[in-house]
Amino acid sequence: MAGAETQPVVQITGVDKTFTGRDAGQTVALQGIDLDIAPGEFVSLIGPSGCGKSTLLRVIGDLVQPTRGTVRVNGKSAEQARRDRDYGMVFQAPVLFDWRSVEDNVKLPLEILGKPKAWRAQRAKEMLELVELGDFTRHMPYQLSGGMQQRVAIARALSFEPRILLMDEPFGALDEMTRERMNDEVLRIWQQTGTTIVFVTHSIPEAVYLSSRVVVMSARPGRITKIVDIDVPRPRDDESRESERYFQLITEVREALRAGGGELDDSGTASARRTLAEGAVG
Amino acid sequence: MSATTGFAAPSTPAPPARRGARPFRALREYGPAILVAGAGLVVWEVVIRASNLTTFVLPAPSAILAALIANWDDARFPLFQSALNTVIEAVGGFLIGTTAGVVVAFLASRWSGMRALLLPLAVAANAIPIIAFAPLFNTWFGLLNPLSKMMMAAVLSFFPVMANVTRGLSGVDPAALELMRSYAATEGTVLRKVRIPNALPYFFTALKLASTLSLIGAIVAEYFGGQGSVLGRMIVQSASALRFDITWAAVTLAAIAGITFYLLIALAERLVIPWHASTRNEG
Repeated sequence: MAGAETQPVVQITGVDKTFTGRDAGQTVALQGIDLDIAPGEFVSLIGPSGCGKSTLLRVIGDLVQPTRGTVRVNGKSAEQARRDRDYGMVFQAPVLFDWRSVEDNVKLPLEILGKPKAWRAQRAKEMLELVELGDFTRHMPYQLSGGMQQRVAIARALSFEPRILLMDEPFGALDEMTRERMNDEVLRIWQQTGTTIVFVTHSIPEAVYLSSRVVVMSARPGRITKIVDIDVPRPRDDESRESERYFQLITEVREALRAGGGELDDSGTASARRTLAEGAVG
Repeated sequence: MSATTGFAAPSTPAPPARRGARPFRALREYGPAILVAGAGLVVWEVVIRASNLTTFVLPAPSAILAALIANWDDARFPLFQSALNTVIEAVGGFLIGTTAGVVVAFLASRWSGMRALLLPLAVAANAIPIIAFAPLFNTWFGLLNPLSKMMMAAVLSFFPVMANVTRGLSGVDPAALELMRSYAATEGTVLRKVRIPNALPYFFTALKLASTLSLIGAIVAEYFGGQGSVLGRMIVQSASALRFDITWAAVTLAAIAGITFYLLIALAERLVIPWHASTRNEG
């Protein structure tokens, strides 16, 4: 995917981020980050909590300013890219507005971008069909399950056709079954839309299943320790989850995380083991 | 619902929560409370009639009702006109206080410096028993001028509205603000699409408080003198004339006014923010 001659969508050079605490304490969240992301790539950022993966995502999206270094997005500054609405954001919480119906939540960015009314309605309908919530347009957010709410958030993020989708642990709050289905959903949408996706997660199987490349980070200071190319063939499905190569890559990512000194919280490794067990049974 | 992903959607798409069979629901919800209140009145009536308690201590409900009817349009105790005048004072004060509270809340949420200055002052002022200023208000705004009662009601209404609306406007989920920033939304857009809707439930909570407080403010200010035909004066004068049945009738009217005021706001709340957890009907 990362062709040598294609212009990268995201170009991060020498980025440091230091947070200055209120009591004069300083936290080095990111140090010496270099990363290029090619058009249409699916890149996951993985690492222990405190490794700065969410901060890096926010630096790309111009929600956090780097202390040093540059971020170029589509050949522009990150700020210009944000002003041009190049980013779609999905957070761990769906962040839907209670007072808006499902459909109106999806329309929100379109209203802000000043799109014509008829177009907004049609686009919201299309996007909700894309995430398979076409029958729920007039529901209120509280009437949906967590997984459905997160799909509304994805529909909203895609509604204005951003060139990059930034996802910050979007499925972290979901149960394992729903998470796997959501992963398939995201892959399908990614393949249909061709959007570049940067995906923050602390689940190793999730990162390996979804990504073209997995960027392994370590904490204190947050830095990139290894980038693992994921060559499990696409399209990926349950069979990929049981393939030899998939497990090799999971092991590779896990060892890279260990080498980085970061003890990943249990959820990632535990679910990998569970997948293994299920594979053996099936 | 979908063959490709097999998502477990909640059965069939339920219609967007519209309240069905409303009268029955209301009956089921409030029926028991109404029943208990009715039973209370009956017990009250029976106990008074059976005992030697005179009207002096506690009149029976029937006696209060009789006094209410007899003095509805009376020359000395014109209860209806008094209730009307008091309600005008309370509502006027409520409107003044609420408007001022909302305006200050917008300023406080817009400029954090202003918030830092105002909020501690508001909290401190809220801890003062403002009602104690009633005689002073009568002096400042004119004993006979209804404005003096309105201002008491306004000051009491102001603080809950200001504090709650400020909290609603500034206490927005940080992730929602990040989302709006990622859309490069202007501060005005954030205000219209996020902060104001977020503040509405706080606003209605404050209005309910203010509705009660404004009536208290008006009546207590009336105790300290002013125009004759108001509930506060009726209560004071009938009590000093030992006509406690009329006192009770006046208090009953004040109670009815307060409850009506509150219910009107609760109704408006249901209409304006049906999406909020406090008003929506589930199941």
